[in-house]
Amino acid sequence: MKQTFCVIFKKESSIIAVDSISCGPHCLMNVDLQTDATLQVDISDALSERDKVKFTVHTKSTLPNFKQNEFSVVRQHEEFIWLHDSFVENEEYAGYIIPPAPPRPDFDASREKLQKLGEGEGSMTKEEFTKMKQELEAEYLAIFKKTVAMHEVFLCRVAAHPVLRKDLNFHVFLEYNQDLSVRGKNKKERLEDFFKNVVKSADGVLVAGVKDVDDFFEHEKTFLLEYHNRVKEASAKSDRKIRSHKNAADDINRIASTLYTLGTQDSTDLCKFFLKVSELFEKTRKIEARVAADEDLKLADLLKYYLRESQAAKDLLYRRGRALVDYENANKALDKARAKNKDVLQAETTQQVCCQKFEKISESAKQELIDFKTRRVAAFRKNLVELAELELKHAKGNLQLLQSCLGVLKGDT
Amino acid sequence: MSCMRRFCHETQSHDSLHSCMCRRSVALLLLKMSEERDPAALSGSAQTEGEEDLFVSAMESPEAARLSAEDISPSSNGPRDDDPDDPDDLFAEATEEVSLDSPERQPILSDGPSPAITPVTISPRVDVFDRSPDLDEDEEENRDTFDIQISVSDPEKVGDGMNAYMVYKVMTKTSLSIFSRDEVCVKRRFSDFLGLHSKLASKYMHMGYIVPPAPEKSIVGMTKVKVGKEDLSSVEFVEKRRSALERYLLRTVKHPALLKDPDVLQFLESSELPRAVSTQALSGAGILRMVNKAADAVNKMTIKMNESDAWFEEKQQQFENLDVQLRKLHASVESLVCHRKELSVNTASFAKSAAMLGNSEDHTALSRALSQLAEVEEKIDQLHQDQSYADFYLISELLGDYVRLITAVKGVFDQRMKAWAKWQDAQVMLQRKREAEAKLQYASKPDKLQQATDEIREWEGKVQQGERDFEQISKNIRREVGRFEKDRVKDFRVVIIKYLESLVHTQQQLIKYWEAFLPEAKAIA
Repeated sequence: MKQTFCVIFKKESSIIAVDSISCGPHCLMNVDLQTDATLQVDISDALSERDKVKFTVHTKSTLPNFKQNEFSVVRQHEEFIWLHDSFVENEEYAGYIIPPAPPRPDFDASREKLQKLGEGEGSMTKEEFTKMKQELEAEYLAIFKKTVAMHEVFLCRVAAHPVLRKDLNFHVFLEYNQDLSVRGKNKKERLEDFFKNVVKSADGVLVAGVKDVDDFFEHEKTFLLEYHNRVKEASAKSDRKIRSHKNAADDINRIASTLYTLGTQDSTDLCKFFLKVSELFEKTRKIEARVAADEDLKLADLLKYYLRESQAAKDLLYRRGRALVDYENANKALDKARAKNKDVLQAETTQQVCCQKFEKISESAKQELIDFKTRRVAAFRKNLVELAELELKHAKGNLQLLQSCLGVLKGDT
Repeated sequence: MSCMRRFCHETQSHDSLHSCMCRRSVALLLLKMSEERDPAALSGSAQTEGEEDLFVSAMESPEAARLSAEDISPSSNGPRDDDPDDPDDLFAEATEEVSLDSPERQPILSDGPSPAITPVTISPRVDVFDRSPDLDEDEEENRDTFDIQISVSDPEKVGDGMNAYMVYKVMTKTSLSIFSRDEVCVKRRFSDFLGLHSKLASKYMHMGYIVPPAPEKSIVGMTKVKVGKEDLSSVEFVEKRRSALERYLLRTVKHPALLKDPDVLQFLESSELPRAVSTQALSGAGILRMVNKAADAVNKMTIKMNESDAWFEEKQQQFENLDVQLRKLHASVESLVCHRKELSVNTASFAKSAAMLGNSEDHTALSRALSQLAEVEEKIDQLHQDQSYADFYLISELLGDYVRLITAVKGVFDQRMKAWAKWQDAQVMLQRKREAEAKLQYASKPDKLQQATDEIREWEGKVQQGERDFEQISKNIRREVGRFEKDRVKDFRVVIIKYLESLVHTQQQLIKYWEAFLPEAKAIA
């Protein structure tokens, strides 16, 4: 049977209490964004249809550029990507770390599971079916909330950036309440992108090989390269760990169900025993599932985000490196022109332009990279502390359940 | 003791006649011994120890990561814990009241309502059912407390290549009088255990006794061991088997009749045991077994029993249901064990990657915190591994044992059906013989008539015997099932409580680790 899954996510009445989904500038990964009254952006609402998610972007601003002080528009994922790409392609922003684009909402896995469940409805008991359906709905909701958070973080970062927040495209994105008519890239464009990336990575290697005079940037280059790789690995491993955890929690769920059946069937004293233990496992399973979900949120998402951010930082360094190479080439061309005394003026202007570009990028890049570190440390601190606190909370909850059940069971004998 | 040994040797043959005579003589002997022996000397030191220690195995396998002794000893036979304080517990079902003075015992019939039976001359064959050991058990166990410790340990590989096999040390510590020594140590191999089981099954199953099944063969597992792979999986396999053999022996001696069985005694005590060749799958006996199994299955389908006793029908249904659920539970627990092992491995690899990340992080405080995180995760991975061992050795193996035990229980119910069928067949034959005799009376052939009358008498006897057998097996089964259920309740209770305690321990450790980490995380400046 086909299921059209429609989820309306309203912040005020969240079905699952997920601690870290927040609104406004206090976004998930960005702790130190000031509460700036001049521009506040958040996603107040979201709607999930068959294969699209519609985000309601809500803006509050005192800036004169906007017609109103408070307004909302509906945007889809492709429009976020359009905005991000427009930043990347803008030469003016070459010296800034462009906030990484949010990942595409991916409900395929969840949708598949829901469909399979629908097909297998006949083969399991009513209780099992409702239980599994609830599970899958909860999973779907969790993925949904995550994707909303990712999109929100992107917008918050842009809004907090002193230069990017003034971008015209950004304002159009926030205000224009018609469809932006942004279509996803077609095949030809995607192919072009692919080749562009190949050229870029080859170039990147070349550029990276050029030793930088500036110690700060040289250090940053080596650091970021290694850091990015390590984060990638840690992110992958943490995903696997969390998946195993979820699997184990699922097993406990099945065990709880079977114990329940045993309890209802048994003719000896064991029946009460089994029922009590089944109840206990139901509860501990929920806690185990929460532990996995919280680890996912606090650890895995953190790592994934900094994977993307460190890539954006690497991109910045690449652009600077490219500008440096251009500058040095322009210098050489100027020397050659002076030597031959031909097209000197043109060479001089080119050299001036390159020099200015390079210096502009270097100046802002330094500040960006320092900010990046500050943000990173703060985000890790916040998430690690919250992770530890949540783990403790769940372990204590688990312990209490187990101990009280043990007390009852031992007392029964 | 030499007379006892002699009787033990006689049980080599599977002739039930011999075994019953042997048992009777042994029983007499035991009674004489118990009358002489000072009951005061019986309470062993084991009584003073807590229940936990009763069945601690002699060997702790170093490879298997064990939880600390005070929380769990998976090598201890938790499920086999028996309460030493009330030996009478085991025999609450036995209701025989017998005077010990008369050495010549009359056949004891069921104490329930039984049809009136004319006294019949007893042929030795009859004794098989009548010599119900509970006569002796009552008296015996009232004096001896159930004090026996068995451990299976020190697996050693003997031989090389495909002819290699593992030998286990079986140590028995007991103060029971039927044993010749207080402490015995023998070496046994896996096929010896199988041989013991097959002997016991052939002797007792058809009487309605639930004979604990032996651990299963595993060609894959054994081949790895034979080939000499010293990897973790073959070590785990040997440990799993060792533990299973220990549980098997403990269950066997827990059964009051089996404990006294000379085959069991010989297995536990004698240093040389003839090789049980008939347990090999492809031997002649093995093939015969398979044929018999098939025949049994066919018979089961064709026998339509008139169940007059609702208790049996109810119980059979209950065991059917229990079987289904236990299998399901077993499968889920096995899956849990697997996933927890996976979790442990993945946590370890994550810990490593977190450590590397910490190394490459250039902010010192964050770098330190990440290294701490890596350490915490490493400890947690060990925790998960230990938990998975607890999952396995406590719950999974118990469930596996019970799934096999229930098969034995169902087998016993089938035996009752067979006994009923035999009785009915005898009745049919008797009817036929009577008809034949009637016919002959008209035909008046005096010599054939005599033969016919003799045959009628013979079959009358068989009918009565069949009925008695049926009654006896029904009674035995009732008692056995009662004992089985009691044990089951105890086993599950003990194991589940132990398991929950292991979970408690895990959570407590988790709290400890995260509490140590929290200030480190907060210290990131």
